[in-house]
Amino acid sequence: MTIVEIGLPKRLVEFTVDGETVRVPEGATILDACSAVGKEIPTLCYGDTLKPANACRVCMVEVEGSRTLVPSCSRKAEPGMVVHTDSERTRTSRKVVLELLGSATDLSTTPGVAEWMAETGADPERFGPPAPPSDDRDDALPGEHEPVDGLTAATVRQPVKVDNALYVRDYGKCILCYKCVDACGDQWQNSFAISVAGRGFGARISTEFSTPLPDSACVYCGNCVEVCPTGALSFKAEHDKREDGSWDEAAQTQTTTVCTFCGVGCNLTLHVQDNEIVKVTSPHDSSVTHGNLCIKGRFGWQHVQNT
Amino acid sequence: MDLQFLDAKASFEERAAVDALPEGAARDQLLPALHAVNDRVGWISQGALNYICEKLHVPPADAYGVASFYSLFSLTERPERVVHVCTDLACRVNGADTVCDTLTEHVGPAGKARGGVTWLRSPCLGVCEKAPAALAFEAGDPPGTELLAPATGADVVLAARRSPSAEDGAAPVLHQTDRESLRLLRRVGAVDPESLDDYRATGGYAALRNALELGPNGVIREVTDAGLMGRGGAAFPTGRKWEGAARQPALPHYLVCNADESEPGTFKDRVLLEGDPFALVEAMTIAGFATGATLGFLYLRGEYPRARRLVQNAIDVARERGFLGVDIMGHTGFSFDIEIRRGAGAYICGEETAIFNSIEGFRGEPRSKPPFPTEQGLFGKPTVVNNVETLVNVPLILTAGYAAYREIGTEKSAGPKLFCLSGNVRKPGVYEVPFGTTLRELLALAGGVPEGRELRAVLLGGAAGGFVRPDELDLPLTMEDARAAGTTLGSGVVLALDDQADLGGFLLRIASFFRDESCGQCVPCRIGTVRQEEAVSRIVGGRKLSTDADDLALLREVGQVMRDSSICGLGQTAWNAIESAVERLGALSVEES
Repeated sequence: MTIVEIGLPKRLVEFTVDGETVRVPEGATILDACSAVGKEIPTLCYGDTLKPANACRVCMVEVEGSRTLVPSCSRKAEPGMVVHTDSERTRTSRKVVLELLGSATDLSTTPGVAEWMAETGADPERFGPPAPPSDDRDDALPGEHEPVDGLTAATVRQPVKVDNALYVRDYGKCILCYKCVDACGDQWQNSFAISVAGRGFGARISTEFSTPLPDSACVYCGNCVEVCPTGALSFKAEHDKREDGSWDEAAQTQTTTVCTFCGVGCNLTLHVQDNEIVKVTSPHDSSVTHGNLCIKGRFGWQHVQNT
Repeated sequence: MDLQFLDAKASFEERAAVDALPEGAARDQLLPALHAVNDRVGWISQGALNYICEKLHVPPADAYGVASFYSLFSLTERPERVVHVCTDLACRVNGADTVCDTLTEHVGPAGKARGGVTWLRSPCLGVCEKAPAALAFEAGDPPGTELLAPATGADVVLAARRSPSAEDGAAPVLHQTDRESLRLLRRVGAVDPESLDDYRATGGYAALRNALELGPNGVIREVTDAGLMGRGGAAFPTGRKWEGAARQPALPHYLVCNADESEPGTFKDRVLLEGDPFALVEAMTIAGFATGATLGFLYLRGEYPRARRLVQNAIDVARERGFLGVDIMGHTGFSFDIEIRRGAGAYICGEETAIFNSIEGFRGEPRSKPPFPTEQGLFGKPTVVNNVETLVNVPLILTAGYAAYREIGTEKSAGPKLFCLSGNVRKPGVYEVPFGTTLRELLALAGGVPEGRELRAVLLGGAAGGFVRPDELDLPLTMEDARAAGTTLGSGVVLALDDQADLGGFLLRIASFFRDESCGQCVPCRIGTVRQEEAVSRIVGGRKLSTDADDLALLREVGQVMRDSSICGLGQTAWNAIESAVERLGALSVEES
């Protein structure tokens, strides 16, 4: 039996989305309301287990009376609000935001984004050919950059960071959604191993003084990997398989079970390809884990297949 | 919190710098701690950061994220002496490039340490009336600063080779000699800014006395009826803001004075801070009384050492004499005090919610609104944020009364207004005029463009403002007329460009500025400002992309989305000046390139 927390009774807020009257419990966001009525709004930085960072600006909607568009993931519904999710303004904004992201970042492993790009007609190429990768992004100084000629488009392309056996950081794919920082920090793990460093286009996820992970405060819970929306963080096993071309998501099965390492009872979802566990996630709606695990549950599965 | 540290130890000096912080210091002392080490040693080492983190219980990665956000801090070793050369709008117009060339020739390239000194290109130093400017810092105990303005290349080379002469700048000079017409500036240059007695002899603290008699509600009513609007750029009614915070049940309430004047071309607040610091202290005390705040923070930009010295003195003297602290002016139960927090080189920290994060010891990233500061601001409590000029209007209202104040200016824009004239004008400086004065009259006060030149355009309101053409100079300078004309008074910038000015280069600098100063939090601003700079650079340089993109169309579309979808005002206004140059001056057209 699933236990559903219903909490205290809440007032209902009535407002309109694209001409349709919607009633949601007080405190619900515009995004919650849209999901409730089956209206899909693309999101990237939105995390179902995290406080909205509202940094990616993909989910912007138009609220009548507001000077600017508003992030649907964090703006709470108010009585009488008139929301448009598919106006000329929201379509242009979504298209350009996706183009900007696509022009600066490798989105090849970001689920959903290719379809949204096609739907909106986004063309990241129009900003010019990508500039060559850089190997010194970790040293970018705030408030300074080299003069540009505009003939190439600056990107966050950089070498992949492989400094431990468990997971890989490919920051050329990072859209700076803040989810890994929030999961590592005060919202879940309390390890605070990573933070956003630098600023502007030079902003990047970093350990202190960009030290390698094994020297950092990282405890390898992998909760950052769990929440990463772009594949910038991935299991070493997945990264290696992608590199050698053997990663095949379509051929994988998923089985949810209970972790056997201790008595907490965390739910594990085993992703299996060719009879081999290739990664472990945890259901976000689990009342025990909310998607989080420890190093053992997340990475401690080699013994299962060491036959 | 179980913190883990890298294996690096702080030196004696680094520890001494951090140990001088107040007892029981917490996270909100992070910025002061970083300053303490940077001031003493010149840069922040791993060991020093560890020591700060142990002391303040801040995770090291988190502190690294904060330290690396600010451009005045260095996280790699550098010489004790660092010279910042302003290359921003007004200095650019007045020969900053020549200063940089001379330095490159004699001291070496920017950012490279040589002979115990490093020089760096800097955004606006806020001394545009004396452009071009340079500011030298030397780490030590005590640290030294020297402001050179106006500076020649030779001056700056000389300054780079010796310790700062402890000159933190000369007293501001006013060109308006008819002092009777001045209200905001009447004490500037006329009284000793270090003397409370001078201040009181010229009417100082009469306003606070009146305020204490009126009571908090009475003060708010006067300020509301006076029609005072914020002078920081957004022009929000001050009385309404105060009332909004005052009636919030959550305690404590905070007051923040935004003295992070970093808009290129703006230096009016610096003139007030340096010329009449007690007026600001009195005004903050009145604001604290009216809004129920017992503590006020003065968030001062790190590039204003002279202002810091003078305001700190004013605070200390006021406290000694019972004008700050407990039972102020004998009014039992009214306590208020002021703390200065020094910024560290980040334009974005002037955004009203980024200030909160910066003071609390986090990265200076703006917060989403709502909730608004009057509901949840600094430390999550109801907070009023006012800029320096706004606050300094308050004593005027409380001494003369709202009705007399309303007689200055126009119906909708009441009161006196400060404008910062710079660029190609004969007498650059701060000018005080009533709202409604025309742009032509204001330019005439500053002597117009230099002999033999023609005015080409005026940048009004700053890098986030817009351009006005020479045929539009009869524009009355009011909030409503500026808005109707499709521009803004912003922070009071009036930067004149003559027929010899390099408009393309000027626009490229604006684009480059926004890219440098974006906090990086949201996509439209973080990447949009980069694409904007790239497109402006292509047009100015006469280069085309192989894709044959129409760069003006691209600029318009990216600009619109930055305006519509960025989190804060920086991204929302990053396209304003460039758009207005395109629309009103015909800049960046194909013919021009």
